[in-house]
Amino acid sequence: MNQIRSFSGAGYEIVDRPVGPGGSYDSSPVGATPHEPSHYPRLHATLKATPAVILENLTKKYKSFYAVDDVSFFVPEGTIVGLIGANGAGKTTTIAMIMGLLIPSYGSVRVLGHDMTRARHKVLKRMNFQSPYVAMPAQLTVRQNLNVFGRLYGVPDLKARIGELTDEFGLGELLNLETGRLSAGQKTRVSLAKALINKPAVLVLDEPTASLDLDRAEWLRGRLQAYRSQHQSTILLSSHNMLEVEQLCDYVAIMSSGRLIEIGTPAELLRWYQCGRLEEVFLYISRCGPRLEPTAPYDAAVQLSGRRPPRDEPPLDAD
Amino acid sequence: MNASIGRLAAMQLRYWYLLRASWPRLVELIYWPTMNLVVWGLLSVWFSENRTTPVGIAGTLLAAVMLWDVLFRGQLGFTFSFLEEVWSRNVASLMMSPLQPAEFVIALMMVSATRLIVGMTPVTLLALLLFGFNIYSLGFALVAFFANLALTSWAVGMVVSGLILRNGTGAQSFAFSVMMLLLPVSCVYYPVSILPMWLQPVAWSLAPTYVFEGMRAALIDGVFRADLMLEALALNVVYLSIGFAAFMLLVQSARQKGVLLTLGE
Repeated sequence: MNQIRSFSGAGYEIVDRPVGPGGSYDSSPVGATPHEPSHYPRLHATLKATPAVILENLTKKYKSFYAVDDVSFFVPEGTIVGLIGANGAGKTTTIAMIMGLLIPSYGSVRVLGHDMTRARHKVLKRMNFQSPYVAMPAQLTVRQNLNVFGRLYGVPDLKARIGELTDEFGLGELLNLETGRLSAGQKTRVSLAKALINKPAVLVLDEPTASLDLDRAEWLRGRLQAYRSQHQSTILLSSHNMLEVEQLCDYVAIMSSGRLIEIGTPAELLRWYQCGRLEEVFLYISRCGPRLEPTAPYDAAVQLSGRRPPRDEPPLDAD
Repeated sequence: MNASIGRLAAMQLRYWYLLRASWPRLVELIYWPTMNLVVWGLLSVWFSENRTTPVGIAGTLLAAVMLWDVLFRGQLGFTFSFLEEVWSRNVASLMMSPLQPAEFVIALMMVSATRLIVGMTPVTLLALLLFGFNIYSLGFALVAFFANLALTSWAVGMVVSGLILRNGTGAQSFAFSVMMLLLPVSCVYYPVSILPMWLQPVAWSLAPTYVFEGMRAALIDGVFRADLMLEALALNVVYLSIGFAAFMLLVQSARQKGVLLTLGE
């Protein structure tokens, strides 16, 4: 039995893995069958409610490069779903299409029942977003920025809402400071406050705890869980922090090279790959690929659309 | 289109905060038109003292320079306000908010009008104080001139802003230079009859030409040419339609190409 090392964060651990014929690593996890079905809910009539977010055969193609390649999954209402992957895996592109900022080449994305390519303005009032790639006007103070965005989202009783967010996110000393002069961590807190200003039903977060220290990051995860519980809202977040995803998320979707390669609950992923931490699962998949015949995402795609999109169909984003 | 008053008000508030916080931006609104006024005002004083100069030319030049600033600064006000969002990397946030592109355009037009009023009102008073020229003596004609020039400036602003949205900050030089293309053929300082015959149809295809011809008719002949204003308005309706359509198409193209997330870098 050959041994491979798997990175466990603090150092390397030696883990036994079966080696297949020809000396190649068997990508099946020890002790699990390749065809073990995922407990990720299937999209069919037995679901109690329409998912908050549905991605069907979502594809974004730039010339011959597929930034997102035939991604299908859904985000059940009231859940927190983590989207993880290496840099360039397609997470930000996927999120941009979910927010309607980017038009897909093929496929569709629906949020709260609305097609984000054609009818996003019907639902944007009930969504919000936070990302390190997007800034708020630096010359405006924190209070002014929250004022402007609160009005854009039609927040009732805005002054009281800003007061609540100030208390929740500890913005008291920052309110009258220009946003551009804040530290990276302060900017993250302010942008998250702005992301929650309209109490969104669907919240999309891109690296929400980047630039936060450990204390603040832990506190923020607690806030997000409390927010979800209080408002039954749906949260989709992308992150490089595997511990955060493991602690926070109900389901985890793993992307690589634009494709969705694995999806399941954190506990399922740990069991399938016989790992103690999600980062070990991620590293294993990065090196050895996913389980044989991952079932859940493709079953969902077939159930939703009945077919894969043929590549020779005219793309939706053709000029 | 069901524009939200609340969202339009939010955008006005956003630009008001900016102006209030940045005295250079506020000063700049008044500074450049004032410099133009002083230079041309002194020139017109010299003309008025020159016995061979036609009567009324001094006032005509002053009115022309102020109305040209309405056209020029109107477009700058529209495009610069849009560029503030680009420079602050806020375009993506706005595009992911309930603010619709059409509402964004209306908000930029409103901000441009505000900037024009804030910038040009002191200049008109300076013209009266320094050179004894009262542009308000034009009466209703001034409203028609201002409105038509503002409409043209916004139409140009929509196209320039759309180009920046689609092509990135590399296109922002259009914001400063595009109006200069209109300067010689809009006959700001001279009548259309001065132009070569082959260029006159080009001049008459531009709404500002009708405004400046109307201005000269009002000041020199004392006649308000409503026909010229209506023709300018008709052309502006066409320009605004083209400008708006171009902006929306360029927004769509920017969404297809995925440039909105990186705009401003």
